[in-house]
Amino acid sequence: MAYNIRLDGRKFDETREIEAKAGVIKKADGSGYFRIGKTSAYAAVYGPKELFPKSMQDPKTGVLRCNYNMMPFSGAGERVRPGPSRRSKEISMVTKTALLPVVDLTDYPNAVVDVFIELPQTDAGSRCAGICAASIALADAGISMKDVVTAVSCGIVDKQVVIDLDYAEEAYEGGDVADIPVAMIPSTEEITLLQMDGNISRENLKKALEMVKEPLKEIAEIQRKALKDKYK
Amino acid sequence: MNKDFKNHIEKSLSKNIRIDGRKNDEFRKITVETGIISTAEGSARVTCGDTEVIVGVKLDIGKPYPDKLDEGVLMTGAELYPLSNPEFESGPPREESIEIARVIDRGIRETGTIDVKKLCIEAGEKVWMINVDIAPINMDGNLIDIGALAVMAALKDTKFPELKDGVPDYKKISKKKLPISKLPIEITILKIGDTFLVDPTYSEEKLTDARLTVAILEDDSLCAMQKGGEEPLTQESIMKMIDIAIKKSKELRKFLA
Repeated sequence: MAYNIRLDGRKFDETREIEAKAGVIKKADGSGYFRIGKTSAYAAVYGPKELFPKSMQDPKTGVLRCNYNMMPFSGAGERVRPGPSRRSKEISMVTKTALLPVVDLTDYPNAVVDVFIELPQTDAGSRCAGICAASIALADAGISMKDVVTAVSCGIVDKQVVIDLDYAEEAYEGGDVADIPVAMIPSTEEITLLQMDGNISRENLKKALEMVKEPLKEIAEIQRKALKDKYK
Repeated sequence: MNKDFKNHIEKSLSKNIRIDGRKNDEFRKITVETGIISTAEGSARVTCGDTEVIVGVKLDIGKPYPDKLDEGVLMTGAELYPLSNPEFESGPPREESIEIARVIDRGIRETGTIDVKKLCIEAGEKVWMINVDIAPINMDGNLIDIGALAVMAALKDTKFPELKDGVPDYKKISKKKLPISKLPIEITILKIGDTFLVDPTYSEEKLTDARLTVAILEDDSLCAMQKGGEEPLTQESIMKMIDIAIKKSKELRKFLA
């Protein structure tokens, strides 16, 4: 049976409902909230501030640090044990490399900019939601940026190329599934995060990466609007 | 903190004026929402001024404690996320967050708020475990009172998942709610100089000489207490603080109705 109709009835290139806000955490220097379907992410930025221990400082530029964390009740199944895991450490690292290309911290030698991402609920696509929220938070904190970074997943469900897989689609058993989180700098179309889990042909990967461009640009507009709306 | 600034605040407090214009016994504006987290069996978001806390409840099945073979288990955790305040750091839980979780836990557990005997599935083998996690999103003071209120709201919101071959099926949530029989409210009274105040902001908390958290039931009886801060308290002060707490608990209880 071919995958003609998506499990939740969306079009193949349609994302779930998106909500974005800036300045949601008053104590932070910058903050963002990003929800896509049932996956939501808060991000807070603290800094630039002096980095300790001093041995970690870079006299040429400020340093970006990212920390991704799922809240204990954010998984659909059992409680997620609090504290860092191998998974959260890896995602923290790829989040940092996804954001770094647009961020310029050369004005802040020896400093650090901390980005904390917390997920209260997840239904797949949490690293992408985290990157979108973090990008809003960095801009809200007034950090020099070339563009926002925007992210969403694309992939394959039973030979059909789709955008923004939810958990039910990731777990689809009727055929091959591939989940490809992608982060992009919308103005240059450069890709800053690319991971893949599953099975996909070269042709379909090309199709998926082509198909994901438009939704990513739409998400970028939502992020920009969130930042403007803060000053309404 | 600057000594003169502290003096100034203490003087203002003695005239019943706070930094944000409130009276000493006045809470900030409180909002309570429940059922906000789809992945949790119960959840609540409580805001109080700029303080915002999310609480999620996850239910699973585990083995009972050897001394209480026919009772379910309630566990409360709190983490001070570095996202919520510039002074919180990543790493293992600090004294502060452990105290918050334990004080809230005590207020709920010791009173028999939840009838844990009704959480027993098979004595000695299988009982429901209630995992309550407190997650501050923005921390601007009074995390114990606001966290406790959010925990009660989330517990009231909690529904059991259905059991399939003795394992919870989180996709099928029943209409059955937790067996809650009491609604404790926790109120923390701060003593700064000679003044008592409620619902401190984060900057007011830093001026704390002493504090007392009191958990109070519907009939005004007390069900848990915790003294904090480095200064001692006289018996007279303690009784005064308890009186304020009982009065304020009635205001907060309305949010659980």
